Amino acid sequence: MAITANEVEHVASLAKLKFTDEELQKFTGQMDAIIDMVEQLQEVDTTGVPVTSTVTDATNVMREDVAVKGTDRDLLMENVPEHQDGLIKVPAIIDESEEA
Amino acid sequence: MNFETTIGLEVHIELKTNSKAYSPAPVVYGAEPNTNTNVIDWGYPGVLPQVNKGALEFGMRAALALNCEIRKDIHFDRKNYFYPDNPKAYQITQSDTPIAHDGWLEIELEDGTKKKIGIEEMHVEEDAGKNTHNPDGYSYVDLNRQGTPLIEIVSKPDIASPDEAYAYLTRLRQIIQFTGVSDVKMEEGSMRADVNISVRPVGSDKFGTKTEMKNLNSFEHVKKGLEYEAKRQAKVLMAGGKVQQETRRFDVPTGTTILMRVKEGASDYRYFPEPDLPPIHISDDWIQEVKASIPEMPDVRRKRYVNEWGIPEYDAGVLTQTKEMSDFYEATVAAGADAKLAANWLMGEVSAYLNANKVELAKTALTPAHLATMIQLIEDETISSKIAKKVFKEIITNDTEPKAWVEAKGMVQLSDPVKLQPIIDEVLDNNEQSIIDFKNGKDRAVGFLVGAIMKQTRGKANPKVVNKLLMASLNAR
Amino acid sequence: MDYFKTDLKGVHEALVKKDLSVEELTQETFATIKDRDQKIDAFLALNEEKAVKKAQAIDARGVNQDNVLDGIPVGIKDNIVTKGLTTTAASKMLYNFNPIYNATVMDKLDEAGMITVGKLNMDEFAMGSSTETSTFKKTKNAWDQTKVPGGSSGGSAAAVASGQVLAALGSDTGGSIRQPAAFNGIVGVKPTYGRVSRFGLIAFASSMDQIGPLTRNVYDNALMLNAISGHDSRDFTSSAKEVPDFTQGIDQGVKGMRIAVPKEYFSEGVDADIQAAVKDAIKTFEKLGATVDEVSLPYSKYGVPVYYIIASSEASSNLQRFDGIRYGFRADDVKNLEDVYVKSRSEGFGDEVKRRIMLGTFSLSAGTYDAFFKKAAQVRTLICRDFENVFANYDLIIGPTTPTTAYGLGERIDDPVTMYMNDILTIPVNLAGLPGMSLPAGFSHKMPIGLQLIAPRFREDTMYKAGFAFEQATDFHKAFPVIGGQN
Repeated sequence: MAITANEVEHVASLAKLKFTDEELQKFTGQMDAIIDMVEQLQEVDTTGVPVTSTVTDATNVMREDVAVKGTDRDLLMENVPEHQDGLIKVPAIIDESEEA
Repeated sequence: MNFETTIGLEVHIELKTNSKAYSPAPVVYGAEPNTNTNVIDWGYPGVLPQVNKGALEFGMRAALALNCEIRKDIHFDRKNYFYPDNPKAYQITQSDTPIAHDGWLEIELEDGTKKKIGIEEMHVEEDAGKNTHNPDGYSYVDLNRQGTPLIEIVSKPDIASPDEAYAYLTRLRQIIQFTGVSDVKMEEGSMRADVNISVRPVGSDKFGTKTEMKNLNSFEHVKKGLEYEAKRQAKVLMAGGKVQQETRRFDVPTGTTILMRVKEGASDYRYFPEPDLPPIHISDDWIQEVKASIPEMPDVRRKRYVNEWGIPEYDAGVLTQTKEMSDFYEATVAAGADAKLAANWLMGEVSAYLNANKVELAKTALTPAHLATMIQLIEDETISSKIAKKVFKEIITNDTEPKAWVEAKGMVQLSDPVKLQPIIDEVLDNNEQSIIDFKNGKDRAVGFLVGAIMKQTRGKANPKVVNKLLMASLNAR
Repeated sequence: MDYFKTDLKGVHEALVKKDLSVEELTQETFATIKDRDQKIDAFLALNEEKAVKKAQAIDARGVNQDNVLDGIPVGIKDNIVTKGLTTTAASKMLYNFNPIYNATVMDKLDEAGMITVGKLNMDEFAMGSSTETSTFKKTKNAWDQTKVPGGSSGGSAAAVASGQVLAALGSDTGGSIRQPAAFNGIVGVKPTYGRVSRFGLIAFASSMDQIGPLTRNVYDNALMLNAISGHDSRDFTSSAKEVPDFTQGIDQGVKGMRIAVPKEYFSEGVDADIQAAVKDAIKTFEKLGATVDEVSLPYSKYGVPVYYIIASSEASSNLQRFDGIRYGFRADDVKNLEDVYVKSRSEGFGDEVKRRIMLGTFSLSAGTYDAFFKKAAQVRTLICRDFENVFANYDLIIGPTTPTTAYGLGERIDDPVTMYMNDILTIPVNLAGLPGMSLPAGFSHKMPIGLQLIAPRFREDTMYKAGFAFEQATDFHKAFPVIGGQN
């Protein structure tokens, strides 16, 4: 399976990354090599094998519904590049992005 | 060509837990921006989510009230998308193993027919923060709402008309409200509906292409939007066109729907199992425990009102429309009011007052105890029904104890024969002509005499007692 | 205090006997760092002012003689969040990030009285095996400054190996503690998944990340793991299992211990010198009374692709929060939201991080999910079962930590596949959530060789016992590098 520069560009857009043409060439080549390596998994028969998505021994871990006062707003704002009146400020969207 | 309509509803409801779905920050509506958040809500580097048991329980409570099956083994999934109100850039949800599935609710249409609408699935997830776009070219983000637990309820394609959709939403709101897990207020955003609709020629076995409308903020808009959309799609098909899969917006001023964007395949949310939260097993014991915690549902109350309190079916339905009204009604009866009289007052004067003043019952000064006392005063004839209207106006606008008030205002009805007889005698003594008229069979004379007695007592005389005493006196003369 | 000639107990005794004060120890440590780190480049930031203050406070109240770690300097990998001390994960993305809270392990080290001297270099967001993907500097191997220190905890390993601190914390997602420990001739432990809280560890791959200690000997390592282990209500994947004292019975020996050696760990890709060193280690264990058998982990050869899919997928999601909105780097010249996202992320992340985000995003995409992410998660199950089968009959698995010793700086940085294959021996341990240790087992061309010990889940005690016995029977851990000179 070879990945094309177009596909790499599409994946980049999902990940909010952008590459120059030169980077795109380099990434496509490297992605291709990585995907080749990954392709060998297809030889493993996994019929009926469940997935492992965690290896913790913990199950049924839940927190009781008790509220704890929020973190001080000024403290939270310390790292914010731009804020105003207690709100995080960010340049507006141009194209309406999908809201969930 | 005749068309039939298929409607699907995805309803998001905010749960009123104490704390957020995956962090212990408080859930508070309408607080100062970013004051009920913590580093977890902000998606700070290194933080981890902490599932709120209460959110799962509220979800299960809603699911059980909607006759759903509870899934025994669940895990959480991440739904990935970038947006400023979504700090982690993923929402923790249950796409793979929704906590509940295969439920139903029963709707009642205007003409009284009933229909079961299936519920495909229900899951617990988290709400996003709030992004406000300003004309200055910036968005302003408040993360207070971020992480508030939500349930999403997805209907089966059983809804066949905008009226049914309206009835479904009304019924859903009613049931959820009675479970006590949410305020279900469209205007505050604690209930939000996404709808999809398609039409197809009657008899066709394939669904038509759907269009969607998102975040509609009133039931009325849902109904009108769907009505418009059904007609628009039918028109497109009649003209030999094709309905496009797209998202549309209901435009309130024109009552039409407007294209927002065409969907090019499904959005790629790259769902995968949330590695930060271990799976959860829901035991039968836990389900039973939650079941036991569900408050009495409206249908049960309705039956109880009819069977035990002799309330007409229709009235019982009205009284159980909202939990607020139903709770108030029960408290009034518990405070000693006659069930039928209490029902009459709530459906009559109280509802009229609420409608006229566009106010919620909780926002008035009326208490079940005061209403019950007033009803008792009427029943034991301490006050007349005419005076009662004045009393009602007082107790719904001010926190006034009605019994003390009518006494202080001298509004107590005069019913004591010992006190009334001398007044009657005096009126008769002064109106010889009326007695003669009465003896000659002129009934009008009685009315005149009652009027004179009322005038003498400044309206406080109990008309029933006056009538009885007056007739006896006339006959005795 | 020459850290090459002592250990945690030795320093503790000196402090208790007041041969030197905690403040003097701290000042001396900073003096050593300022001298040696010019050659090693292990530290990204020093915490001098606060460290000295804390040292003075401990002197004022007196060193707790029952707590070996009290008043002892420690270095922290820069992906562990430290309140009030810049935490960058070696990324431009977080160049200015000043945490407002502490990782749980930091609270625990504070409680233990340890003194954080600074933050240690690493591969950017722990993605890499050579610490070369750090945005800020290239750390050098303690034994040869033309060679890489390994990674991603290269700063932690090099700082300990070069005698700048006796102990450091690292994190291990696919070998990031054990491999640099092997490359630098020290002891590194990746605990069982869930043993140590991940709260405050900047996530790379949430289902595999674990924080662990790097030290110059096995006993010190056990002391450190004692301090940082335990259930944390802020990490729902942390285990509620009781934590034993890992130093308890550490000297019991390996008599009767059943040791397994996977034949797959001696493939042709593993250097002859390393194979020979591990075979010598096997003989040592046999001499000490253990039985050693060859076993097979047939699916371990798929470890690398499985790991790169799963780790990259989780990382692609974990790293989405770095968007230039609430903290960290925001690109200049941003006109709209899309600019904020795309420019901040494209300029803020380095190439290796981008590669993994790309691979992960691709693996989770609608069209590829089943063939990539799901397939990998299934093969992961098979790899876990491999280990379960072996541990049904054995107490410990041993093998090499790495296929080669440390290589030259810049040698592999543009060849991701070769770089990834280098992790083949450490990765399966993370996939299965097992505890693993690397400890010194020899030299090849003057560069250290690491021996890897792998135990069943939550059996770090077995690993420590075996490691301690091996260390007592050998001299490798006594060697130390001459910084800047010829070894």
